[in-house]
Amino acid sequence: MITGPALLLALLEGSVGAAVLALTALGLSLVFGVMRVINIAHGEFVMLGAVVAWWCSADLLGAHPLLGFLVALAVAPLIVGAIALAADWLVLRRISYDPERTIVATMGLLYIIQQGVLMSYGPDARPLDPPIYFRVQFPGFGYSGYKLIVAGLALLLLAATWLLLARTRIGLYMRATRLDSETAQAFGVPVKRVYAIVFALGAMLAALSGVLIAPIRGAHYLMGADPLLLSFIVVIVGGLGNLRGTLLAAACIGIGEGMISVLFSPTLSKIIATLLVAAVLVVRPGGLARGATP
Amino acid sequence: MRIYALHLAVVAALFAVQFALPAYHYGNVTRIMLYAVFAIGYNILFGYTGLLSLGHALFFAAGAYGAGLTAHWWSFGPVAALGAGVGAALLVSLVTGLIVYRTTGVAFLIVTLMLAQAAFLSTLYFNTVTLGDQGIVLSLPPVELFGAALHLADPAVKYNASLVAFAVALLLSLWLLRSPFGRVLIAIRENEARTRLLGYNTALYRFAALVISGTLSGLAGALYCLLFGYVGSSFASLQYSTLPLLWTLLGGTGVTLGPPLGTAITHYLIDISSGLTSSYMIIVGVALVAITLWFPEGLAGWFRRWRRVRS
Repeated sequence: MITGPALLLALLEGSVGAAVLALTALGLSLVFGVMRVINIAHGEFVMLGAVVAWWCSADLLGAHPLLGFLVALAVAPLIVGAIALAADWLVLRRISYDPERTIVATMGLLYIIQQGVLMSYGPDARPLDPPIYFRVQFPGFGYSGYKLIVAGLALLLLAATWLLLARTRIGLYMRATRLDSETAQAFGVPVKRVYAIVFALGAMLAALSGVLIAPIRGAHYLMGADPLLLSFIVVIVGGLGNLRGTLLAAACIGIGEGMISVLFSPTLSKIIATLLVAAVLVVRPGGLARGATP
Repeated sequence: MRIYALHLAVVAALFAVQFALPAYHYGNVTRIMLYAVFAIGYNILFGYTGLLSLGHALFFAAGAYGAGLTAHWWSFGPVAALGAGVGAALLVSLVTGLIVYRTTGVAFLIVTLMLAQAAFLSTLYFNTVTLGDQGIVLSLPPVELFGAALHLADPAVKYNASLVAFAVALLLSLWLLRSPFGRVLIAIRENEARTRLLGYNTALYRFAALVISGTLSGLAGALYCLLFGYVGSSFASLQYSTLPLLWTLLGGTGVTLGPPLGTAITHYLIDISSGLTSSYMIIVGVALVAITLWFPEGLAGWFRRWRRVRS
């Protein structure tokens, strides 16, 4: 029997998951929207973020876990962003962002990153100490305060990304390239540099969500598969490249997925989400959201 | 006719070579021929029709589980289990084809990836039936053929059963792609809008290509399960969707003999590197990146260009 507190707990878990998922999916959606390429290695950037968080945590620095967490929040996006820039410069630019070849190349990148981490970090799933530990009392159960902070940080980062897109010059460049890259270039937008920055930005958002979930789920070299699958689902349901649709879909799917995970089983929730998308595509091949503009 | 002679010569050479191969390579070539059936199936969709699928593990696993589950739970004999495996793959291909009927390009590859992932998760979720990660180990009765009892554990039986499947798949794909039906598939790859303009129902042709490709992949999965007596969740994992893509790209897309060649090279590369490190899948990653950068046409395309330069 599902009781009130259980339902509330499931809703909380779902909301925290949705906030982190929105961050991951926004990165994927941004890359697709601006560059028209699919990054299969997106989940590996999440995994790298978590691994860097483990690396920066108390085990290495010997200090308070909060210090390690803050260092990871700063360092992980830099490291992962640099890797993404290198991948853009060494591979994607050389194949002119051809959609099919980019998919194959990022598939290769997925294995290179994943197996590279297996070589250096090892096959174990390693837990992290939560940076802050306190409990928030709800009627019927106590809830980890860290998870609420995760949700808050994810929302802050989403807002920051939104401001970057809406209020800065580089954001303007990104939006212009998204609408029509040739016209943007004709008006003096450095399109190639915008591509590189967008690819790095997408990877950095993924890495940040990896840092945020690391204290909850630990760090493991195969942990990139779930975020990749869920972000794909979100991006399709939200309409390919539609940022607002992505955020809305992330909220719905994240909460639904989280609730079914808590109340029934995590595996079942992913199967249902995947089949739901298949159903959506049968009815609307372009995704649920109308049009492609945000 | 010359092209059929070349393909028959390859099959004949593979038959002859079994009397000279050392035991270790004997087993390797058996696996390569089975995987090559999978690669040939994949090539029909990717190489000829131009549809990039990231979820062919779905069909391979459908074949493997169709054979493995019926043999394990309902005591099907090897021949009946093979039929059940191919039937399961056909059914899964039909359903998948209906789901993706109108999707092409990016949406197509995402949906195939996700359907395969849903299948992978399902094999874990229904672990009371599939035994999940651990998988099912089969012990099968021998097959009666012309009065002789063929034991599936016998390496010679494995080799020749794989060879038969390989020959059937190779000649079938060659015949298919030289038929008017195959020409339409190639036309869709080159320019779908123009093909539609010529009056062909391209969605129907794509559907047919997917069903043929999926069923051939399922045949490979069913035989693999029966000959090696095992089926587990890993058959549905992303790795089994990536490998056929690599085999096809390495050998050369849209060339019937390309994917088998790519399969052989990949198999030996992984075999050698897995002796050196447990992270041997990194080879697959490096190969995929290298192919996109420097060999977009694969070995067959490279060979063609070399012949053109010589003549």
